[in-house]
Amino acid sequence: MRTPPPSILPLAVSHLDYLGGGRVLLNDLSFEISGGRTVLIMGPNGAGKSLLLRLCHGLIAPSGGNVRWRQPDGIVAGHKRHAMVFQKPVMLRRSAGANIRHALSAAGFSAGTSAERTRLALKKFGLEALADQPARLLSGGEQQRLAIARAWALHPEVLFLDEPTSQLDPGTTLKIEEMLGALKEEGVTLVMTSHDLGQARRLADRVLFLNRGRLIEDAPAAVFFAGPACAEARAFLAGELLW
Amino acid sequence: MIKAFSDAFALMIGFDSQFLGIVGLSLRVTLSAVALAALIGLPLGAMLALARFPGRAGLVVLINALMGLPPVVAGLMVFLLLSRSGPLGPLGLLFSPSAMILVQTVLVLPIIVALTRQTIEDLWLEYREYLTSLGLSGFRAIPTLLWDARFSLVTSLLAGFGRASAEVGAVLIVGGNIAGYTRTMTTAIALETSKGDLPLALGLGIVLLSLTLLINALTFAVSRIGARYMGAA
Repeated sequence: MRTPPPSILPLAVSHLDYLGGGRVLLNDLSFEISGGRTVLIMGPNGAGKSLLLRLCHGLIAPSGGNVRWRQPDGIVAGHKRHAMVFQKPVMLRRSAGANIRHALSAAGFSAGTSAERTRLALKKFGLEALADQPARLLSGGEQQRLAIARAWALHPEVLFLDEPTSQLDPGTTLKIEEMLGALKEEGVTLVMTSHDLGQARRLADRVLFLNRGRLIEDAPAAVFFAGPACAEARAFLAGELLW
Repeated sequence: MIKAFSDAFALMIGFDSQFLGIVGLSLRVTLSAVALAALIGLPLGAMLALARFPGRAGLVVLINALMGLPPVVAGLMVFLLLSRSGPLGPLGLLFSPSAMILVQTVLVLPIIVALTRQTIEDLWLEYREYLTSLGLSGFRAIPTLLWDARFSLVTSLLAGFGRASAEVGAVLIVGGNIAGYTRTMTTAIALETSKGDLPLALGLGIVLLSLTLLINALTFAVSRIGARYMGAA
């Protein structure tokens, strides 16, 4: 048995600021994420949730403060060990299988490893039948499942997900949640945003509640959903439940 | 007039060696020029799409403008470059097929660079976050982008081929329209028409027209295939 690669966690975010268009979009956020838990970032529209994921994943640079992984940039032995799935899946103009192979070769894996892991990823998530289909002609739900399989193939220790089911019907949402459950069982740390309160309850171990660019509550999910400490989160949950 | 047409068809069907030689040279020159321009223009256009530097906007406008570069002006420039006293004079390329390939490359290159830049820039907007997430930022994204834009890019190569194959001024100036050596379809048509040899001019005209039709059919087919099989709209 090979020894597992050194963990990139904890992820330490300290005094994170982000300015955009002359406005403060994120203001002095500090928290730490350690392994194996699912963290839900919640809050109303414009709270800065997606922005926070992008900053943690390194897609954009902070205006102030910093994002620190235990291993520099979350990279171990040349491989980035955190990945991201977007709200609207980005599908390359190739087959489903080629999409996964491309991600693997971009991440520096050999052609042989890429082919093998592609096969495994398609099999694991029941997508084998779609392997040769053009990815962009798949349905929205199939595309998002492929995006998650593609991310899984990279064997990330942390997976960021930005509203992964916001554009999908309940049946597909359930399938995605099953996939996420499987990832969690493997010990992948999920950090996601969601507007779906039921989903948040089902998946979250911990909730970070953001409002207007500030982190105003950081609590275990059970505590948060039983009764948040801050008034804003209470109003948020009540407002959502009224719908 | 009817006799001219029937003689033209006789030339085409009879595989007249002079006729075939002209068509062959035209295709060789134009295809070489497009291949050369693609080799330079595709990566260059992609780099221009991704790079940000002072004066970029000006360069983009300049390249777009060069798409309309008059062939005779391109011909004059390359003539000066290759003429005996010019900087590349010692190579002795003037009035040779190589010179014609060079001048057509100059004509096609701006088309390929400009269309590639536009295509890749649009695609980058869509792919940016994902490719950055994979660690493919900056020029490292270029191979992925070029491959994924393949259908649009083939169309731009065909546009370049269309411009080069129909052009007469540039190849005339640097090629010299030497029979059996640098005479292409367009220069032959110009010459034979003025000489009154209508069958040869007509025959070549028909081939040229068919070529244009073929290019457009191919362009249409490529974009249809792209949309149908890859969702590459």
